[in-house]
Order: sequence, then structure tokens, then C-alpha cells
Amino acid sequence: MSATLAPRLSPPERDPAWLGRVFWMGAAAVVLWPMLVATEFRPWVFFERDNARVTGQFLASFWPPAHDAEFLLMVAREAWRTVAIATAGMTLAFVVAVPLTLMSTRVLSVSALSGRMAAGPAVLRQAVRLLLIVLRSVPELVWALVFVRVVGLGPTAGVLAIALTYGGMLGKVYGEILESGEAHATQTLLRNGGSRLQAFFYGLLPQNAAELTSYTVYRWECAIRSSVVLGFVGAGGLGQQLDNSMKMFNGGEVFTMLAVFVLLVALADRVSAGLRKALG
Amino acid sequence: MSTGLALELQALAARHPAARAGAAPALQPTTLRVGAGEVLAVIGPSGAGKTTLLQALACALPPSAGRLTLDGTDPWSLPRRELQALRGRLFLAPQVPPLPPRQRVVTSVLAGRLPAMGLLGSLRSLFYPSDIPAAHAALERFDLAEKLFERVDRLSGGERQRVGLARALLAPARLWLVDEPLSALDPARSRQAIETLVGVARERGVTLVATLHQVDMALAHFPRILALHQGAVAFDLPAAAVTRERLQRLYEGQEHELRGDAPLPAVEAAAPPAPVVMHCR
Amino acid sequence: MSLPPAANPPYRLPPRLFDARCRACWFTAGLLALIVASFWSLDLQWAQFFSLDAARSMGRFLGEFFPPDTSPEFLVKVLRGTWETLAMSALGTVLAAAAGLVLALPASRLHEGDAARGRGTTRLLLNALRSVPELVWAALLLIAAGLGPFAGTLALAIHTAGVLGRLFAEAIENAPPGPGDALRAQGVGPVRVFLYATLPQVLPQLMSYTLYRWENNIRAAAVLGVVGAGGLGQLLSFHMGLFHMGKTATILGAMIVLVLLVDVCSFTARRVLTR
Repeated sequence: MSATLAPRLSPPERDPAWLGRVFWMGAAAVVLWPMLVATEFRPWVFFERDNARVTGQFLASFWPPAHDAEFLLMVAREAWRTVAIATAGMTLAFVVAVPLTLMSTRVLSVSALSGRMAAGPAVLRQAVRLLLIVLRSVPELVWALVFVRVVGLGPTAGVLAIALTYGGMLGKVYGEILESGEAHATQTLLRNGGSRLQAFFYGLLPQNAAELTSYTVYRWECAIRSSVVLGFVGAGGLGQQLDNSMKMFNGGEVFTMLAVFVLLVALADRVSAGLRKALG
Repeated sequence: MSTGLALELQALAARHPAARAGAAPALQPTTLRVGAGEVLAVIGPSGAGKTTLLQALACALPPSAGRLTLDGTDPWSLPRRELQALRGRLFLAPQVPPLPPRQRVVTSVLAGRLPAMGLLGSLRSLFYPSDIPAAHAALERFDLAEKLFERVDRLSGGERQRVGLARALLAPARLWLVDEPLSALDPARSRQAIETLVGVARERGVTLVATLHQVDMALAHFPRILALHQGAVAFDLPAAAVTRERLQRLYEGQEHELRGDAPLPAVEAAAPPAPVVMHCR
Repeated sequence: MSLPPAANPPYRLPPRLFDARCRACWFTAGLLALIVASFWSLDLQWAQFFSLDAARSMGRFLGEFFPPDTSPEFLVKVLRGTWETLAMSALGTVLAAAAGLVLALPASRLHEGDAARGRGTTRLLLNALRSVPELVWAALLLIAAGLGPFAGTLALAIHTAGVLGRLFAEAIENAPPGPGDALRAQGVGPVRVFLYATLPQVLPQLMSYTLYRWENNIRAAAVLGVVGAGGLGQLLSFHMGLFHMGKTATILGAMIVLVLLVDVCSFTARRVLTR
């Protein structure tokens, strides 16, 4: 075929994808407007005279950051408190998650060794999974609000809230990790008459220990962030002090605490990465 | 019609970008002159430095020694703006078609014209292709007109290669540097593609330098053959003067390449690893 | 007199449990110390929680949740709060995606020879944005913007911009360089190289990350109201403060349903868009 042959087909008139694009852009615009209304999206509110004055004063008070020794000591104490709440909460979450994971994982099912899982165990496993989903879905702030009513203000409410929510999260991911590994070793142990716990300790756990630990340590950093958030509802720690300082419009204290918090998260991130590398 | 770019290499040597310092350059000091509108095929066994030569000509690889001039100017001595303008006058078609997988063929082909489009025109073309008839005509030359609005990842390897070549037809370039244009094409399509490339280059007076593994295609369609061997020029002759013995000597130790197909390009790296998702849920 | 060498290799003892040279041992020891110190330094009211009194009051407390209040006028209020929360999360995520994309460009090395001078600073900024939790951003913004969902939307947007910016930057850096290199060889400027070569390659990934963050943001939006940022959270803290446990139960139910709904939508959308 020579290169100078005239085109055989006439070129198409329009881009066929154009109508589709116009439709989706229109749909997005139609959905956007009510959302702007519902969220009271009014950026000009920042420039209203009273608002601007208060904001300006607050922002101006950020510098210099509060740095007197007594305050810094308090911040250090509260930062430790936050880490302690997170660590204690994660430990309890681990304690909650492990039995629930063992109960929900299909790999340890004896009845499934010979074909389909029996009805009873299947229902039990589904029920435990549902429990894990419920534990995960309720935000920890809500748990904290409830527990503050029961046990009063203080770290207990925070620790329990983290324990329940993160227990659900850990349980779900542990289950996924256990089921994604190779089941052969574990099932052989079960077939040869080992108990489920034995199969777990000698089969599942050695295989997946690195990944399980790695994930747990990674979640610990998230727990530190959560515990600051819980401080806003009375669980103590850095969050509560931050709330107090903000209510007093004390920008200097807020700035110091935020800086300490960002550093804390960065440090926890580094520690977590180091731990994961060492154990993995 | 303005003529193609004239090339001149004076003892130009180029090193592979990933090579260790001190290693032998992939392209030994080479002296070469290509006139405006000339059509030239570069042959040689794999590892001979063909791709390095093309990249040096395309101003994509700075020379480690020697000088390159395009139409009398040394591109590496130009200020950045003029170098970019000069780059707009050439077109480099790599061996692996540089097409984003989920882009449509029409947009990919029209992207060849970007050096000639203004910023606003380019942005508008993203939403609605600016010149569908031109893209259609270019694809028509490679027998791909019906794939105009298809997604690139729905095409076969050979079709993708032809789309990459069709881009050249839309580029406002006076110099075409084509790397292994036939590696994924069957013999019939290879003939059509090479005829189109050389034909259009001749029509427009564009200088064409193509590396080819298919020596018979090179001899049949190109008037001038440049042979590289281990980074140096083995011979630079009109096609009629290339004898069997010269080819045997060129491909000594790699006769299978002389007889068989071109080696396929290295398989593209697997999808990049997903980064750790930073969330707490 | 020297003994002949043993016929079989010497009996090897198992490794010691704690080896001073093993780094993992030190880390584990440190971890255990941290856990013990945490429990010891906090004065946790275990007795209060596990006493019979507490169990009874807990039981009574839980009993007040049932029956949940399902009167029509309250359900309307809950529906309005749900819509407000949904709008907050969706708008916040969209704004964050736009801001994240804008920040991802200086935060990534667009190609091999890119100087990427602002990379370190922008990444620090993104880290700072994502380290501060949404609730803290909301509390800060409430001072400037007043009570209501606007502060919540912006808080979500700012925090998520940090997360998405970092994810987008990594996706852009990992994009295959072939298409971009070909356009750069033709002298095309960086903006158009990004739009024609890089963005088409990473767009499915970017949308997937954005939709995934929406799932997280709906949970965050639901509770932002606790500090006054509107939506279901504000209703929740209001009624809990007044001990209207029946109404609280309804609100909690609405929260769970909303979260599940958004999870399903996000999952389906991700499947459809990356087909």
C-alpha cells in the first residue's frame, strides 16, 4: 500500500466520549451545590471584621511559643501520659483481639478439613466477625464519651475506648493475615490430631509472626494520635491540655503543644519503623 | 517546504546514562554527516550502540566527547529556551511505544503535535481532541483508523508500535529518529510501516534516521546504510554496496540476529510497589 | 594426654533467650518495659470498672439505650445531621484531593534529572498537616470560622491533604518514565508533560486513594461534631450531655449505617473506576 493513497474511510465527526464527559461533569456540579449549602461553605467568614480580629489575635499569640520551664515540664508529663494511654490501650486491644481472631479464622476449622465447614462453627465464626465489625465501626470518641459517663474523667475511659476500637481493627487484620498465609502446615497438624491451639502455636504463629508484629507496631502510632483526640472528651493527656489552652485562646501554649505532638508522632513513626525492620 | 535538519557528528562519544564512570563509552568517537532530507538506516548486532547513537542525536544524551551540530548549531551550547525550541523540531520514537496505558489513541497521537500547540490549546485538547481528522489520517496510513477512540492498553503490541509511529506524522519535526520501528510487527505490516515512514519522510523532506534489526528491510527501503559494531562505525555505504561478506563480518558471533527476528525490548518493570497506606482505619 | 576429637559434632545448646548482641531482643525488652511503665504510671480505675457496683450501673446505663427514639420529628433531625455529615466528608475529601495534587507536584521528583528543590520542605509540610488529627484542626478552625460544619469540612480537608499529598507524590514518583521522556525529548514543557504523560498513568491510583480516604473521613466527620463542627457528632454530644440515651442510640445507629453505606459506595466506585 503506497503512502500517498487517499484515506478510505471518512474521519468521524465527533469524539464519542464527549457526551459522557459532559454528563459526568454536569452530575458533579449538580451534587456539589447542595453539599456546599449543607456544609455552610462560606470562606468569606474568615474576613468578617470580628472574626478576623479574633483570629488575628489568636494567631499573633502563637509567637513566641510558651517555653517556661514549668509549662514544658507539664507538657512532657502529659506527652508521656498520652503515650502511656496509647500503649496500655494497645496492649488491651491485643488481649481482646487474639481470642477473637482465633475464634473467627477459618484456617483453624476442624470441620472444614473434610469439605464444607459445619453449620454451627460457621455461624459462630460469622458472629465473631460481626462483633469485630461493630467494634471497629463505632468511633473511639463515641466509646470514650460513653465510658467517661461510667468511670468518670481520666485515662481509664481513653484506655478502654482504644482497647475496644483497636481490638476490632487488630482482630480483622490479624484474621486477614492469618488467612492469606499458606494453610498447609496448620492443616496438617490439625489432620494429625493436634488441638487448635497447638496448630496455632506451631503452625500459624511462626509463619505470620513477623507480619502480625509489624502491623501491631504500626497501629501503635495511630493509637498515639487517637489518644490525643480522646483527650478532648476528658481522657487526659496532651489532648485535654490542648483543649484547655485553646479555650483560653492561649496561642503560645497551643503552638508548643502542637509542636511537641508533631515531634512525638514523628518519633513514634521512627521507632515503629525501626522495630518493624528489626523484627521483620 | 522547509527542509529537514542536517546532522554532523565530529568524533562524538556518548556514555550510557547508567554506566559507571571510567567504563568504555557505548558509542566510540564517531564522525558522521547526514544531509538535510536524507534517509538513513542504522544496523548492527545488539549492544552495538544504535540506541545510544539515536539518543545522542536527539539531544537526550549529552556527549562525553566530541561535538554534535544540528543545522550548523551545537545544541548543547544553546541557552535552555532555544534548546527546547530546537527539540521541538525533532522527534524521537523509542523502541517501547511511550503511550500511557489508559490514554486513548487519539490523544496519544495528537500529543505528537504538542511542540506546535500553545498551552491553552493543549489544555483544550485534553477535554476534546483538537484535530480528529489529522489523527485519523495519520492512523489511516498505518491501517489503524478504526482504533481512533480505543484505549491504548486495549491494543496489541504491534498496534501500539504503529500508534507510536503515527505520532511522528503529526509532529512538527524536521528530523525523525526512530528506534526499532518494526520489532513487534509481522512481515506484511513491517513492509507497510516502513514504506509509510520512508515515503512520508521523502514527501516532507524530513531527515530520517532509523535503527533496524531487519537487515533485508533496511537494504530494501533505505538508500544509505550505517553499520555499528561495538560502538564504532563498521561501514557507511549506499545500500547497493553492502555485500553478504560485510554483513557476515558485522554479525560475527551473533548470526542468529542476522537470520532471525529482532530481540524483543526488555520487559517493562512490574507495577511499582504500592506505598504503605497512611491511615488509621 | 590430649583426647581424640569427638566422633560427632559437639552438642549445641539452643540460643539464649536474651542475647545482649541481638537488637531485636533489646527492642522487645524496651517494648515490655514501656508497657509495664504505661500501666503503672496511669492510675487506672480497675476496681471502679470491675466492681459489682460498676457492673450494675453499666447495665442500667446500657438499658437506657433501649428503646431507641424513633419519633418522626427526631428522625428528620437525624436525617439532616446525616446529610450534613455526608456532605462534610465528601466535600472535605474533594478539596483535599485538589490540594493534595497541587502539593504533590513540588513534593515529588518528576523525572530523573529533576532538581526538585522544594521537595524536602513540601514533604515536611505534608507530614505536619497529616500528623495533627482532624479533631485538633477542627478545634483550631472553630475559633476562626465559628461553630458549624464549615470548620469541620476545612479540618478534614487540611488533614487529608497531608495524607493524600504524600500518597500522590509517591505515586507520581513511581510512574513509568517512558511517556514523559518521549515528550521531554520533543521539548515539551513540564506542565504539559505532566498532563499528557504522568497524570494519565497515575489517575486511577489517585482516585483509588481518594475514595479510600473518603471511607476514613466519614468516620472522622461523624465525630467532629463533638467539638462543635456540626453533623451527627454535634447531635450526639448534645443529647448525651442531656442524658437522652434513647436519642443517643438512634444517632449511633445512624452513624453505623452511614459508615457502612459509604464503605460500600467507595468500594464499588473503586472497582468501577479501575476496571
